[in-house]
Amino acid sequence: MQPLEPLQNFLPQVWFFILGLFLFLYVLLDGFDLGVGILSLTAKGEERRSILMTSLGNVWDANETWLVLMGGSLFGAFPLAYATILNALYLPLVLMVVGLILRAVSFEFRENAENKTIWNITFGVGSFLAALGQGFALGTVFEGIKVDELGHFAGGIWDWLTWHSVVVALTLIQGYVLIGSTYLILKTTGELQKTHYRTATIATWTTLAGAVFITVTTPILWDHARDLLFSRPLVYVFAAIPVLGLALIVALLRSLKLRQENAPIIYTFLIFSLSFVGLGFLIFPNIIPPSVTIYQAAAAPSSLVFMLTFVGFLIPIVLGYNVYNYIVFRGKIVVKEEVSIAGN
Amino acid sequence: MLNVLSDTVTLSRLQFALTAIFHMLWPVLTTGMAIYLVIVEALWLKTRNVTYYHHARFWTKLYVLNFGIGVASGLPMAFQFGLNWAPFSESVGDFLGTLLGFEGTMAFMLEASFLGIMVFGWERVPPLVHFLSTVLVAIGANLSTFWILTANSWLQTPAGGIFADGKFIVQDYFQAITNPFMLNSFLHMFLATLETALFVIGGISAWYLIKKRETEFFSRSFKLALVVLIAVAPLQIFLGHLSAEQVYHYQPTKLAAMEALWETVPANTPADWSVLALPNNKLEKNSWELKVPGVLSYLLELKPTLDTPIQGLKAWAPNDRPKMVGMVYYSFRIMIAIGMFFAALMGITVLQWWRGKLTTEVVSENKWLLLSWVFAGPLGYIAVECGWIVRCVGRQPWIVYGELRTVESASDLPPGVILFSLSGLMLMYAIFFLMTLYFGRKILQKGPNLTLPAPRTLAQPTLVTEPAQHIPDQRPAEASQS
Ligand code: HDD
Ligand code: HEM
Ligand code: HEM
Repeated sequence: MQPLEPLQNFLPQVWFFILGLFLFLYVLLDGFDLGVGILSLTAKGEERRSILMTSLGNVWDANETWLVLMGGSLFGAFPLAYATILNALYLPLVLMVVGLILRAVSFEFRENAENKTIWNITFGVGSFLAALGQGFALGTVFEGIKVDELGHFAGGIWDWLTWHSVVVALTLIQGYVLIGSTYLILKTTGELQKTHYRTATIATWTTLAGAVFITVTTPILWDHARDLLFSRPLVYVFAAIPVLGLALIVALLRSLKLRQENAPIIYTFLIFSLSFVGLGFLIFPNIIPPSVTIYQAAAAPSSLVFMLTFVGFLIPIVLGYNVYNYIVFRGKIVVKEEVSIAGN
Repeated sequence: MLNVLSDTVTLSRLQFALTAIFHMLWPVLTTGMAIYLVIVEALWLKTRNVTYYHHARFWTKLYVLNFGIGVASGLPMAFQFGLNWAPFSESVGDFLGTLLGFEGTMAFMLEASFLGIMVFGWERVPPLVHFLSTVLVAIGANLSTFWILTANSWLQTPAGGIFADGKFIVQDYFQAITNPFMLNSFLHMFLATLETALFVIGGISAWYLIKKRETEFFSRSFKLALVVLIAVAPLQIFLGHLSAEQVYHYQPTKLAAMEALWETVPANTPADWSVLALPNNKLEKNSWELKVPGVLSYLLELKPTLDTPIQGLKAWAPNDRPKMVGMVYYSFRIMIAIGMFFAALMGITVLQWWRGKLTTEVVSENKWLLLSWVFAGPLGYIAVECGWIVRCVGRQPWIVYGELRTVESASDLPPGVILFSLSGLMLMYAIFFLMTLYFGRKILQKGPNLTLPAPRTLAQPTLVTEPAQHIPDQRPAEASQS
């Protein structure tokens, strides 16, 4: 498509940014959610698992909702991308949805069950499957989606599964475990907290290994990524990211060693933000990597404006009450009190 | 049967229909019950009678159980449009996607965020903030109904733009949102959730009353539900009637299927209302039928004869009209029967109340009446599912009525893949359904906790009367144990 008038360029860019914001919030917030879930698979004892799940009781739903928001907005702002991407990622996304469903029901059923073991397992396994599905989806972003000249999906149903996407998926899981651990450091005390200083340290190293591997292999394996990486002035951005990233990782490891409580999660959030910005630069201006741009896939300008008026106006409000929710429930988890609060 | 399992479109339809039908089971209760919870909590704040607090806590438990499963079963819905209906999504995404985006930002987030405070926040926020959270959860749920019904109504009566090259281009958003079906369909659904929830609450209360357990507690919830139903039950019949009229005006193929009407009824003749029939798609007639003469003309136009003809199914080629006539026909009748039964039950119960038979001492003696309420408990769900079948199956072969055909709208996926996701989802949903019943039963057997003290936030005077009292900083507590 031809370069268009400024407004017609600007609107898809704004929506690209908003979708990025939703996805980013989702990855951070549900990231620690899923991470805690995956960690619960290794937690010893019913009491510990119950603390882990309690730490999420009031937030998991809102966190997951960022994904629904992102899905709905993608549908509205870039219908072609919504259709093509979901079509291409049918199996990993079904896997993710199944995982998220298992998690959601585990909260309610566990609350009422006498035998909690089953629901502990479905909670952990659900978290793992959801993260795995998302990891494969992320892998596909690096590799690109095969489309025909109209932008419709033209690949096979198993295209997302390659050795590279397996590495990406495993790395994402490590990343989630890292955020989950730092969240638990913030929310717990004593032995439990000590455990998670350890898991956080391990996860930092494994995430780092995966990230380095992906950074190196992506430009080697795919032309489009290579072209982008070495086109100025982006080359400076891509050069700055690893440097900053390494500095943050050093700071994170130090704060873990010093047994700080708040700093680790903040550094982790920053590391995720940085990777996210890098990813954004790698994709932009495409929405279906590697070839369909946001301008081709965007809904009509009138749609984008209409949606922006409402959604744009709501975003600060939504952020506001989400923050309020975290303020109300700030502080460490105390299981007995919480349980009695739930009225059982 | 084997054909069905190897046809992408059929499988996608089956998957959409079954996931929607399952999903519906949970929100329909929670959306209505949210309003009931608002009422109960308002009564508590107003009267400071702790029994209302216990009501709020007890029904919240059932609410939360259903809410979580509602969210879980809703997730596949949000993604299915893209996963299984990619051409459809691309074609109408400019508009339909916008509405789903609104639903997410306005409704789901509101519900999800304040639910935490509503369920876990009793001891953490002042009573008024808690009440506000409950109100916001209820508003969120009903906003979600509003947007999803606006979206669905637009599929029934597309407005506000044109289809060009198979893609819908919006010209006027306001017109598209206020499409002809929107207002009435939303109201009918809004009342459907409320009515279903109230009969569930009434039915459960009746069960306890029969068992003579916590009679005082449950005769209160019983009467509260009854009071609201005095308005809701008759109004729902009226709104249903308006729905049928709008179908008559805008969707003639659906009306013909709802009435299993094969031959056109010309203008200026009376139209009969069919009570029971055996529609036969192959012979294009009803193999057997029981009719009441002239009633349909009264129902649709309040006249003995019709001004406009009602077209019979045979007026369209078989490919341009719904195939599952019997399903639409019977779903419609079941819904009506349940609506009538609800209103009658409400009427009789009010009569008994008026005659003084519902006081706490003697209410349990109304065995048959209470048993009817227990029986009525699940009927709302059936009516709701039937309503959706009338609406969605009756719309076929169109996905967007008159504009876009269902067969042209499905993603080109290998049938085996859909079969895999379909059977996986069905297995999970079936288990969740049974589990909800099992855990719901457990909550009910345990009964309300009448010893729960009112939250401490209330014990501290809500209005601090001494001004400028120093309140110690709470933050140190956060670092240790709060
Ligand atoms: C009665 C009205 C109603 C109807 C007709 C539907 N839903 Fe629903 N849905 C709700 C009422 C609702 C709800 C009450 O708002 C839920 C239940 C629990 C919740 O959080 O929201 C919900 C949950 C829910 C969720 C999860 C939201 C979250 O994560 O918080 C999604 C994605 C959908 N729905 C999507 C759909 C789609 C695509 C539908 C149409 C085919 C649909 N729903 C029909
Ligand atoms: C309000 C939001 C809804 C929307 C936007 C919607 C939209 C759709 C769409 C896109 C289809 C696709 C396939 C087709 O036409 O065959 C469909 C089919 C169907 N839906 Fe709905 N639907 C909604 C709610 C529901 C609910 C809540 C139910 C049931 C409880 C339901 C029952 C069905 C059934 C039974 C079909 C299959 C019809 C057939 O294939 O013959 N729908 N609907
Ligand atoms: C007794 C009278 C009733 C009549 C005449 C009636 C009529 C109708 C009609 C004609 C439709 C189809 C609308 C369309 O296709 O666009 C419909 C849909 C529906 N009905 Fe009813 N109905 C009645 C009672 C009920 C009751 C008691 C409930 C539930 C408690 C209910 C729930 C629904 C639902 C959920 C739908 C689909 C969504 C909607 O159109 O709002 N109905 N009804």
